[in-house]
Amino acid sequence: MGTVTELKYESPETAQAVVALLSGVGPMARIFAGGTDLLVQMHEELIEPTLLIDIKGIPETREIDVTADEIRIGAAVTGAELGEHQELKSRWPGIVEAVELIGSYQVQGRATIGGNLCNASPAADSVPALIAAAAKVIIAGPNGTREVPAEEFSVGPGRTCLAAGEFVTSIVLPKQNQRSGDAYLRFIPRTEMDIAVVGAGACVSLNDDGTCASARLALGAVAPTAKRVAAATDILQGNRLDDGVLAALAKAANDACAPIDDKRGTIEFRTKVAGVLACRAVKIAWQRAENR
Amino acid sequence: MANENSTTNYKWVGKRTRRPDGVDKVTGRARYGDDMTVPGMLYGKILRSPHAHAKILSIDTSKANALKGVKAVLTSAEIPDHPLSQPPYAPIINDMHDISRNVMARDKVLYDGHAVAAVAATSERIARQALKLIDVEYEVLPHVLDPLEAAGRAAPILHEDQFTYSADGLSDKPSNLFRSITGQRGDLDQGFAEADIIVEREFTSEPVHQGYIEPLACIATASEDNCVELWTTTQGHFVIRALCAKLLNMDLAKVRVTASEIGGGFGGKNTVYGEPVAIRLSQMTGRPVRMVMTRTEVFRASGPTVGSRTRIKIGARKDGTITAADAETWYQAGAFKGAPVGRAAETFFSSYTIKNARAVVHDVCVNRPKVAAYRAPGAPMAAYAAEGAINELASRLAMDPVDIRIKNAVREGDESLMGTKYGQIGLLDVLEKVKSHDHYSAPLGNNQGRGFALGYWMHGGGLSSVSAHLLDDGTVTVATGNPDIGGSRSSMRVMAAEELGVDIELIKPIVADTGSMGYSHLTAGSRTTFATGMAVIFAVREIIEKLRALAAKKWRLTIDQVTWEAGQAVASSSSRGGIQSLSLKELAAMATKMGGAIAGHSEINAGGAGAAFSAQLVDVEIDPETGFVTPLRYTVVQDVGRAISPDYVEGQMQGGAVQGIGWALNEAYIYDDQARLQNTGFLDYRMPVASDVPMIDTVLVEVPNPNHPYGVRGVGEPCLVSAPAAVANAVENAIGQTMSSLPLSPPKILKRIDEAQAAGG
Ligand SMILES: Cc1cc2nc3c(=O)[nH]c(=O)nc-3n(C[C@H](O)[C@H](O)[C@H](O)COP(=O)(O)OP(=O)(O)OC[C@H]3O[C@@H](n4cnc5c(N)ncnc54)[C@H](O)[C@@H]3O)c2cc1C
Repeated sequence: MGTVTELKYESPETAQAVVALLSGVGPMARIFAGGTDLLVQMHEELIEPTLLIDIKGIPETREIDVTADEIRIGAAVTGAELGEHQELKSRWPGIVEAVELIGSYQVQGRATIGGNLCNASPAADSVPALIAAAAKVIIAGPNGTREVPAEEFSVGPGRTCLAAGEFVTSIVLPKQNQRSGDAYLRFIPRTEMDIAVVGAGACVSLNDDGTCASARLALGAVAPTAKRVAAATDILQGNRLDDGVLAALAKAANDACAPIDDKRGTIEFRTKVAGVLACRAVKIAWQRAENR
Repeated sequence: MANENSTTNYKWVGKRTRRPDGVDKVTGRARYGDDMTVPGMLYGKILRSPHAHAKILSIDTSKANALKGVKAVLTSAEIPDHPLSQPPYAPIINDMHDISRNVMARDKVLYDGHAVAAVAATSERIARQALKLIDVEYEVLPHVLDPLEAAGRAAPILHEDQFTYSADGLSDKPSNLFRSITGQRGDLDQGFAEADIIVEREFTSEPVHQGYIEPLACIATASEDNCVELWTTTQGHFVIRALCAKLLNMDLAKVRVTASEIGGGFGGKNTVYGEPVAIRLSQMTGRPVRMVMTRTEVFRASGPTVGSRTRIKIGARKDGTITAADAETWYQAGAFKGAPVGRAAETFFSSYTIKNARAVVHDVCVNRPKVAAYRAPGAPMAAYAAEGAINELASRLAMDPVDIRIKNAVREGDESLMGTKYGQIGLLDVLEKVKSHDHYSAPLGNNQGRGFALGYWMHGGGLSSVSAHLLDDGTVTVATGNPDIGGSRSSMRVMAAEELGVDIELIKPIVADTGSMGYSHLTAGSRTTFATGMAVIFAVREIIEKLRALAAKKWRLTIDQVTWEAGQAVASSSSRGGIQSLSLKELAAMATKMGGAIAGHSEINAGGAGAAFSAQLVDVEIDPETGFVTPLRYTVVQDVGRAISPDYVEGQMQGGAVQGIGWALNEAYIYDDQARLQNTGFLDYRMPVASDVPMIDTVLVEVPNPNHPYGVRGVGEPCLVSAPAAVANAVENAIGQTMSSLPLSPPKILKRIDEAQAAGG
């Protein structure tokens, strides 16, 4: 007579304890942050873990630590908490608006930035904004701590660079130039409660003469992972935002797309709208930099 | 106006009162289908087909049966079979042969999600695991999803025993086309010959789900002596009783069904899905069985409304008089026959007096879940095509879209294509109200467009039962057999209070189970406030009659010397010197000592529900670079007969508009190339959320229905009929291009804009 295995739950208080549990149980153990992806996937029987490791009891995953140089965001900080953080909002409005787009009020109270990243959906809203910001992902594992640039973290739909026993403890946003701004825009067919058909994150810093000092553009939902548009940096650097530059930017965004046709959008639509959103996001980031 | 009272004299009718179900709903105390538990219950779960069309070669349940905690495993062998119904067919077919196969596939699965087996286990987790241990061997067959294709010669056949039924009898070969309904009058050739202008268009609409927020859920408790108690979320527990009893060969009296509080239905909870399976599992195990569907199961296995492929041709003279109209449409019924073809044929041109007209509607089986009712079944997709063509006619004639409708509008005494004769109707009043509304002439900005469309629906009456009881403290219970889906308890209470002339707080409206009431048909077809409301009025009048008799007895008068005024029995002045009166409360206290408790009841078959019309104006703005549509402003103008509870009437009108916005802009079933449904949740099945819709203005036009004591008409359906057409028209006007295939999703709109630009237009 067969039997059904029970599901276990652990809530350790240190990163080391998490690593030990992960290493002991293997792939049937899952990190549990807000659970807004995890529980949905379990409900749909896409995954059937035997152990859930709740990381919300570990202090460093729950803190936002601001220094003059950088900002460290704990992996289990929720969207609602980020949205209430004035310093973060004024320095990185694009990242906050990206995280705040996730779900609804109810989802915001649970969904974490770490969960958004680790779920590794190509359409995750915070990821293009993190890539544009040149954020770093801090990973704890059996061999200690390591750092990975946000754009290298996801390696395919639902797949990350995390090795066995590893998990994300925090995300670090770098020091900014004086006149810089960021922005994130997404396209969904509704106004909320939907998943990005295209997402575009931009970060721009300006020289004193009003030309672009540096810029980073990233796109979501148009390739197997969120993707930096490297060509955009060259197109913008040293220039002003005129029609020619915008046209080149749109073209670079179109060219960077390698989307699929699926229930959320067609290749043709995604490619075209990526160009539109790229220009709009850069314009907003530019304006924010000017207003600094 | 053939109304019994004048509007101004009403004490409760038309007032905004506290809702009787409000406290329980906002506190979470209200018990929906899923909120019920019974001691000792088991968890039922259904195994569903991963294939759209396949033969079931074998089912091996031995491993599932062996799992610890599994108490029963069921296949179609446990569900009684019934013969196929034979011609001539009723307009609405409840074919037990089909229902038996829809609740549990017999030798073939006909859609992705079709039930093939079920288990009952001691926990949900065990039940789910058990499903994985059932081995089903399939032989996959080619599938067909499109109704036009399915009706063609080369299509894979779903039912080898289904033949096309027509006036000439049955076809020689099996066919997915079950039957075609034609409504016709006049001479089309002559009509088109008289026309100065002819519009010809094709329109496509997709099946859409009712999207009720509460998934299907029930608990069945069967006993050894062949009785069953069933708790379920439904729009009509009497219909559920009838279907379960018939399907499982049980006595009606031994099946007692209680309707839970209901979290939306819109027509989607008019039939059985899990109930017969839960009953059988309970019979097999001797324990209560609870069966709750997930949202995924709701999408895969419960009925949406039909999708349609329509060809339409309309001709008019230069002055706007429509001389001829011809429509042919293919409705997909899903896996089993029964698309709402008759109502569709009726709806096509029913708002207009077109001398020469025809509507042909085909009922076609495809490999999708069997369609269910959805607010005005069959009508919105017909109106989408007809109103779309008339809007184009108006635009090509440079005529105002409302004026062309006024010119052709039906009036009292006119007939619909299917021969329904209109009584007192408010169509012209509605159209005049639209013209005088400030929305109609408000300026529009860049990339904005305004849409207009008209919707018609003929409402239902039918069987309703009411049992009202005066209690000895002077309060009153009013029990109906209709689940309260759109505020019926409130309206029943208002009508009872109005008749009795007492405070509404003295009246407690109740939804009673099938063991306590006479037969009551579904809460559907916008019938409840009309038909059940009428039964409430009659039941309360019986109480009043008895109270007059009681007072007469007390005063030693005859009953006709006693009248009922403002909640009191009053002796007529001619019979006595001074006026005497007895209040409801005093009479209630006397009753038990003077003959017995006082109750009134009514069992009616209500006729004359009549038609109603809803006109809608909508403004949208399009983002020309992404195709995103923002509905900016929305006004619904509708003939509501008499609004018993205006809050609820407005809610119905707003809800119809919101569903229409979803239908027009984003909702669709998305299948992969194996016809497996890809969007089985609200994330990708894109119904509008609150922030997607503007405030929806409502204008209540009250042209009373002479067949109801207060003038009630149905209000829940016409407001959806016109909505998709109105929104689609607004999009067309905003981009300056025609579009003919719902949903008008951003990719389609952007493509149309780009094509037009490329063509230099
Ligand atoms: C109704 C609804 C709407 C949504 N809308 C959006 C939206 O608009 N945009 C969007 O991007 N997403 C959306 N989502 C998805 C989801 O809410 C987000 O991805 C969210 O950020 C996930 O965070 P979480 O804390 O809930 O993650 P969880 O569900 O707890 O975890 C997600 C995955 O990451 C793993 N994980 C979590 N934290 C870590 C860690 N620190 N280290 C290693 N692995 C980890 C988990 O094991 C799991 O596999 C929506 C979800 C729902 C239910």
